[in-house]
Amino acid sequence: MAILLDKNTKVLVQGITGKAGSFHASQMLSYGTQVVGGVTPGRGGTRWEGLPIFDTVAEAVAATQATATAIFVPAASGAEAILEAAEAGLSLIVVITEGIPVQDMLKVKTFLGARINPGTQLPVIIGPNCPGLITPGQAKIGIMPGYIHKPGPVGLVSRSGTLTYEAVWQLTQLGLGQSTCIGIGGDPLPGTGFVEVLERFEADPETKAVVLIGEIGGSAEEEAAAFIKKKLSKPVVAFVAGATAPKEKRMGHAGAVIAQGQGTHESKIKALKAAGAAVADNPAVIGRTLAQTLQKLQVQV
Amino acid sequence: MRLLEWQAKKLLFEWGLPVPKGAVLKRPAQLAQAVRKAGGFPVILKVQVYAGGRGKAGGIQKVANLAKGKTIAKDLLAKRLVTPQTGPEGVAVKSLLVEQGLTILKEFYVSVLIDRSRQMPVIVAAREGGMAIEELAKEHPEEILTTPFDPFLGLLSHQARRIVGWLGIPTEHREAATRQLVKLAKGFFSTDATLVEVNPWALTKELGMTALDGKITVDDNALYRYPALEKIKTADADTPSEAKSRVIGINYVGLNGTIGCMVNGAGLAMATMDLIKLHGGDPANFLDVGGGANAAQVREAFKLILADKNVKAVLVNIFGGIMKCDVIAQGIIEAAKSMRIKVPLVVRLEGTNVDAGRKMLKDSGLGFLTAGDMDEAAKKVVQAAKN
Repeated sequence: MAILLDKNTKVLVQGITGKAGSFHASQMLSYGTQVVGGVTPGRGGTRWEGLPIFDTVAEAVAATQATATAIFVPAASGAEAILEAAEAGLSLIVVITEGIPVQDMLKVKTFLGARINPGTQLPVIIGPNCPGLITPGQAKIGIMPGYIHKPGPVGLVSRSGTLTYEAVWQLTQLGLGQSTCIGIGGDPLPGTGFVEVLERFEADPETKAVVLIGEIGGSAEEEAAAFIKKKLSKPVVAFVAGATAPKEKRMGHAGAVIAQGQGTHESKIKALKAAGAAVADNPAVIGRTLAQTLQKLQVQV
Repeated sequence: MRLLEWQAKKLLFEWGLPVPKGAVLKRPAQLAQAVRKAGGFPVILKVQVYAGGRGKAGGIQKVANLAKGKTIAKDLLAKRLVTPQTGPEGVAVKSLLVEQGLTILKEFYVSVLIDRSRQMPVIVAAREGGMAIEELAKEHPEEILTTPFDPFLGLLSHQARRIVGWLGIPTEHREAATRQLVKLAKGFFSTDATLVEVNPWALTKELGMTALDGKITVDDNALYRYPALEKIKTADADTPSEAKSRVIGINYVGLNGTIGCMVNGAGLAMATMDLIKLHGGDPANFLDVGGGANAAQVREAFKLILADKNVKAVLVNIFGGIMKCDVIAQGIIEAAKSMRIKVPLVVRLEGTNVDAGRKMLKDSGLGFLTAGDMDEAAKKVVQAAKN
């Protein structure tokens, strides 16, 4: 059953006629995702690969009953694309777009937090600047290569893209499949944080263990550690990238920066260890660390 | 991007905060004119670099006459300033800010930033100015007041008034101080800043509440809204290599080690650096070629890495997802052929079309060292850099 996404989820692609949008829409379709239409303002009424294109998300939802969207629009219109999807009532909004200004996200989050449409459920926003999410064997919304995944019991949540693929590939090669893998993105204000994802993994009977991949910057790992300690009954393996990163330098991701002494590697590792997570200090042994942890705890997977 | 103090103060002044009179100079000969703009002696000479801790490192000097001023200016401009934030090699001083010397009665601290865990903007005020806020937070957290506020409404006057009262600013300066805080918060939004810090925010005899120092960081992702700032960034906010990387469209941060790294993805790039360190080596750089790099970008990335003369070996670590391994292998082979790379090159490929990619590297006859996983790759490159 996994979390957030399965083979029945109907998905729109915002920016479907762009280069990245169209390429990944085809990749999602061939993985088995139910992509039901696309949105490109000005192209409403035309078709892409046989799928209908709409001018607005609201029209697309009315015609297709989609509940999820993948956003591939340029960064300058990213915030508006998210708000449009939220207003149209979509419950899962996956923002692949990289480079959305942090103050735009701040306003999106404040605006949605004020619940302008009383009675509607707030959407789950994954990203921005993320690879998306995949429930192996069922569906993916995002840009990750599908074939490295395998269905199974491990829930994975990460702030990274290719490092996530690396960890997934290690798991798959060891025969450890995944329930759902979620990249929450490398920005300072992600739509969904570690804690919200961990809550869902805890509630999901098919997820038996969790892999968490963090990096320097902010305090998301420390908050995750507090949740792990108090509420997570499942074993956790963690890796945090950036032990060698200099201070005050942005390491590729907008959110990966140690600023004013906050967000250091040591602080995150200390918190995760204290919470009982098995921390891998070597990114090449994330999979093996999980296998050993499961063996030690005698968890059957 | 970070702004230099004088650039930040120019913005603070535009927003409505008093700053000392002053001017920037690049040559000691410009001193007399700068002093006139600052309103005459005594003046303060302040090195304009991106690192903090300038005062203790001798980068801020009070000067009472022209003869002495010229000597000090010459000395400061010739120097590499070493502070706890710069590392032992220091940073070159390219310009000085010459400022009116003011009589300081009391120093405070104020900054505006986005609190990532609250997911709200906050204004941070402290009763002690002049010291690094992280140190104060450790030693005297009770001297710091953090106030969240709404990004749409801005900082409200009553919130600012409460902060000013808490700071203990004398009554006759309170309303001016309140207005300054509201303007500071407004300015934070009008420049897409991620940090605006005034430290010290001082009560001076001459100007009342004054921004004696200013630090502003603007969101790189929002620079497209500020073409003037984008020019400054490429011109002098980065090291030459970092500026170049922005033009090519890759992420590069120079470090002090001997092992060059080329990786796709920021997380994997950081993890690769960590792994090199774990095996006893030192990374020379962080480099993320991105998810959709082409052969030309791979070649440019090699150029950047090899421009660093400390580099003794290079590790390429690619997890090909959408980016196919055979395409990457082609890029590496072309770069190696056209550039005659002299240092050992360890290549680890994984992911889509990996077998084709590995075969191409092997068949190229260019002597690449290859590795099956990233652990082996890191060990090999550390060894190669030692030889």
